[in-house]
Amino acid sequence: MMAAAARFFIRGANSKLSISGVAAGAQSSLGASLLKLSASCNSRTKTQRRHVAHFTFQPDPVPTQYGPTQKMNLFQSVTSALDNTLANDPTAVIFGEDVAFGGVFRCTVGLRDKYGKDRVFNTPLCEQGIVGFGIGVAVAGATAIAEIQFADYIFPAFDQIVNEAAKYRYRSGNLFDCGNLTIRAPWGCVGHGSLYHSQSPEAFFAHCPGLKIVIPRGPVQAKGLLLSCIADKNPCIFFEPKILYRAAVEQVPVEAYTIPLSQADILEEGSDVTLVAWGTQIHVMREVANMAQEKLGVSCEVIDLQTILPWDVETVCKSVAKTGRLLISHEAPITGGFAAEISSTVQEECFLNLEAPISRVCGYDTPFPHIFEPFYIPDKWKCFDAIKRMINY
Amino acid sequence: MLTNISNVLRACAQRNGAAAVVAARTYADFTTQATFEVKKCDVFKLDEAPATQVVMTRDEGLRYYRIMQTMRRMELKADQLYKQKIIRGFCHLYDGQEACAVGIEASINLSDHLITAYRAHGYTYTRGGTVKEIMAELTGRRGGIAKGKGGSMHMYCKHFYGGNGIVGAQVPLGAGVALACKYQGNNELCVCLYGDGAANQGQIFETYNMAALWKLPVIFICENNRYGMGTSVERAAASTDYFKRGEFIPGLRVDGMDVLCVREATRFAADHCRSGKGPILMELQTYRYHGHSMSDPGVSYRTREEIQEVRSKSDPISLLKDRMLSNNMASVEELKEIDVEVRKEIEDAAQFATTDPEPPLDELCNHVFSNNPPLEVRGTHPWAKLKSVS
Repeated sequence: MMAAAARFFIRGANSKLSISGVAAGAQSSLGASLLKLSASCNSRTKTQRRHVAHFTFQPDPVPTQYGPTQKMNLFQSVTSALDNTLANDPTAVIFGEDVAFGGVFRCTVGLRDKYGKDRVFNTPLCEQGIVGFGIGVAVAGATAIAEIQFADYIFPAFDQIVNEAAKYRYRSGNLFDCGNLTIRAPWGCVGHGSLYHSQSPEAFFAHCPGLKIVIPRGPVQAKGLLLSCIADKNPCIFFEPKILYRAAVEQVPVEAYTIPLSQADILEEGSDVTLVAWGTQIHVMREVANMAQEKLGVSCEVIDLQTILPWDVETVCKSVAKTGRLLISHEAPITGGFAAEISSTVQEECFLNLEAPISRVCGYDTPFPHIFEPFYIPDKWKCFDAIKRMINY
Repeated sequence: MLTNISNVLRACAQRNGAAAVVAARTYADFTTQATFEVKKCDVFKLDEAPATQVVMTRDEGLRYYRIMQTMRRMELKADQLYKQKIIRGFCHLYDGQEACAVGIEASINLSDHLITAYRAHGYTYTRGGTVKEIMAELTGRRGGIAKGKGGSMHMYCKHFYGGNGIVGAQVPLGAGVALACKYQGNNELCVCLYGDGAANQGQIFETYNMAALWKLPVIFICENNRYGMGTSVERAAASTDYFKRGEFIPGLRVDGMDVLCVREATRFAADHCRSGKGPILMELQTYRYHGHSMSDPGVSYRTREEIQEVRSKSDPISLLKDRMLSNNMASVEELKEIDVEVRKEIEDAAQFATTDPEPPLDELCNHVFSNNPPLEVRGTHPWAKLKSVS
């Protein structure tokens, strides 16, 4: 009964949204199966309501300060960033599983043909080997861009990242470092990923000083942040929200540009509640902010954290000092998720400014489920509910 | 007198065309068993090799045919349901490799143990799962073999440990199961499968070392279907002789498209393990017709001609069928009858899989830990907690 009721709820919710281009993008699986999907369009209308994405992508305004722009989706903006890097940096190499033909998400299409097979090459199936090898390449002075096929597979490489990459500079007294290393991995829920294609492991790495962790919300941010990560003299992990690879389309500058790390982005200014999120969840939060304004007359300040480690404490705390209320949301399970770190720091810094306890709307403390995904993810209704309670506290 | 009548009928049949008169042929006409020649297995660090002359009885032949045909039709049905979006998520199909699962199971007992990676639908069936349970698990319903919580990659049943998503992670697990068998002295062994892609993972080599050091009763089997997702073996491995990769573990290279060759090799390997000699490594040279998963068309890294060639020359079901027919072990009609029965079974299972209800919402949080009394699980709302029962 509850399942049916919840489904009705979700159906009812979605009918108010415009879901034009998003549905096709959100449902795309790996590889070039988009053509297959369009062919079966007719059969989709009956089942469409159950499979529509839980967010609507909100594009950024067209950036004017970086030169001419081109319409790109997220994976194309990543390709563009990598293209710029290989062109400007003769030591740059890209490697990972299946990157040579373009990658399972098309992020490296055309690069091998353009720059040669000694700069864009496949590795065998060995994550620990890939990262360890990448650290070596970086230490020797080349710019190493390693791809881990899904963030869920990063764990065999956890030891190399945490024990080797993060600590290299520290333990050698600045004699050696692997700052030239950047690791990219597709991240987050995708609608049907189930246990091993949907995880958000940023919290595991946030606990490790020496690393930088960055998560973009769209193509413009992705390109700028990725180029910053590559340029940054510290080992960086760049998580790319896989559900946005095709769904997120923006006008992206063709030339190289960087967006500073460790700077949170205030997307909307507000006075009553601060909403903090990153990646796909930002688009959910923007909808929540609209809903709060329309239905409750509550003005929300939406902040995209962008860099998880080291995170922009100042921007968030300044905002909370202004509004007095904070809601943090992420797909990863709540216990030990990164929202816990933000919550703890904010209450230390802004205790007397808080009007209500800090709210965390996150995934349940279970493995990422197979069939229960729509009930698991922190969608806009759950966030909206949390805002209501904070306002009425 | 009856013999005379049947002789007359048979004579008539031969004049009119044997195909028309089915009734005249009784089951007593079929050969009960025959000897077949199978390809010789390449060996590594072994003095003997599995036999090349193998005996198969009619009953065995029919059984293998039925199981392989069921597996084939089940995978094709899963393909269909996936394209209709009734199965979602990831689906890795096993068609083309049926001889491996059937051959292995033919030489081990249900009391032995088996673990594999994600291309697991076939093994779930040979290990005792029913087609209904498997299909319902693919569609994520409560009748599924893992209660609908695992999906395609996570199917389990007695003495079958899945169904594992992370490549290579199942191999050390398999060695652990083998250790338990040795420790308990129950003469059971563990068959531990992985693919040509996984063969390059570090954990595999760690496991080889432990298994050989402690003489664990484990049969490592590398199902070499020539492609690790989209990467051919030549481009992924410094040495494509996967049966030699164990270095200090004896190895066999087996024709994985011939069910009898696989059966014989597994029998050889099982004897080796059970006699206390320690682990052994088998490489099954096989082929998958579908792509890596349902989102992979399977033709961007190999030609359609190659797939067609394997289908026409080495298809495991066709090989078995030809053998049985040319040795008079079964009739075309009999095999067709089996096909019809199998098709019906799959249709019924698909019907069940599409109509069975999904697991109830409380299942979302159940079985995270083992706990008594029920645990409270926090999540999207701090004030609303869900119950986890286990």
